[in-house]
Amino acid sequence: MTYSYYPGCTLKNKARELDDYARRAAAKLGVTMEELPEWQCCGGVYPIAKDEIATKLSSVRALMAARDAGQDLLTLCSACHHVLKRVNHDLQTDEAVQTKVNNYLAPEQPYTGETKVIHYLEMLRDVVGFENLKKQVVNPLKGMKIAPYYGCLLLRPSAVLAMDDPENPAIMEDFIKAIGATPVAYPYRNECCGGYVAMEAPEYACKRCNAINASAASFGAEAIITACPLCMYNLRQNAADPLPVYYFTQLLARALGVEEDEA
Amino acid sequence: MSDTKRLKEQILAISGVNPRKCMKCGKCSGACPAYDEMEYHPHQFVAMVEDGRIDQLLASDSLWMCLSCFACVERCPRQVEPAHLIEGVRLALIRQQNQNHLHAEDIPPKLNDALPQQAIVSAYRKYSK
Ligand code: SF4
Ligand code: SF4
Repeated sequence: MTYSYYPGCTLKNKARELDDYARRAAAKLGVTMEELPEWQCCGGVYPIAKDEIATKLSSVRALMAARDAGQDLLTLCSACHHVLKRVNHDLQTDEAVQTKVNNYLAPEQPYTGETKVIHYLEMLRDVVGFENLKKQVVNPLKGMKIAPYYGCLLLRPSAVLAMDDPENPAIMEDFIKAIGATPVAYPYRNECCGGYVAMEAPEYACKRCNAINASAASFGAEAIITACPLCMYNLRQNAADPLPVYYFTQLLARALGVEEDEA
Repeated sequence: MSDTKRLKEQILAISGVNPRKCMKCGKCSGACPAYDEMEYHPHQFVAMVEDGRIDQLLASDSLWMCLSCFACVERCPRQVEPAHLIEGVRLALIRQQNQNHLHAEDIPPKLNDALPQQAIVSAYRKYSK
């Protein structure tokens, strides 16, 4: 299976590990991640405004490049996934956006949201399959109690993101089971970490992260996993007594025995 | 058209929200992780835009407290999308001259080695034009 891959700006910098481990694991699983030859930052937040086009163009360019390559577009960072998926949905459903974007970019073939955007976790579940993944695990993380942390961006609004049940998701739990560890059920798994207030109002993010971290710890978690660099930052920096926080791809790579491989 | 009416029209156009769909159940505010930080809560944004009490919203720090977590959008039983309306109010303000909440020159002192690029880009997108 070959995908067009959109890493996003943070995965080229502070969250390089999220990307490195994903590539190592994908190679082991026979999945090819072809990074788009050119891509621009998605902006980090979905541009909600109905009358704004410029803030959506970088996403459209990436979506269109995947279409032109005849591939689905694989995402990894929760925020990039959220933005690309929602902008794609706008192109599918909002005629005004469709018209303005295509007028502006004037592509040979107008873009109307044809690309399928798929998150790495969805790829593991729907393409590789968790049962199959389990069979490829050489180093099961036996006995490790892990709190899956979804945050907001992967799940909501579910009418568009459509990854899983927004209130009772299972994809991360099933992932944790597939790598041999034990998922911890706790009520804060889909609560917000504070997101972009991290820089402006860290004390505000602290309140959010303390609640999440304390909840996970009180249900016996030894570690938290995330797909989002900003969630990772907030949980590490802004929680008292923080549990170790890992990118899910690192534990995947560890279970597959490729954690130390060259990326 | 009065200024308030014009402002309301503008916010509704930016957000695509129809506040009249709201049945005032309060579920959005019940779900909101920013509730304690806000002077006006998501359901109040909806009611106050509809009533034309927009100046109070424009002057309130509540504008900067919404985390865009979309819990209100997910849980509203009437598909009102309160977060989108809050964005509309915020944009009605920061699209004006000199109304940015975050200035480029204020960013460097707030940086630290671990802060991901995503945090800077997202905050700048949310707080400035
Ligand atoms: S999107 Fe904003 S208003 Fe809505 S629940 Fe989240 S923080 Fe509250
Ligand atoms: S949840 Fe929806 S219907 Fe209920 S008060 Fe909020 S906006 Fe109105």
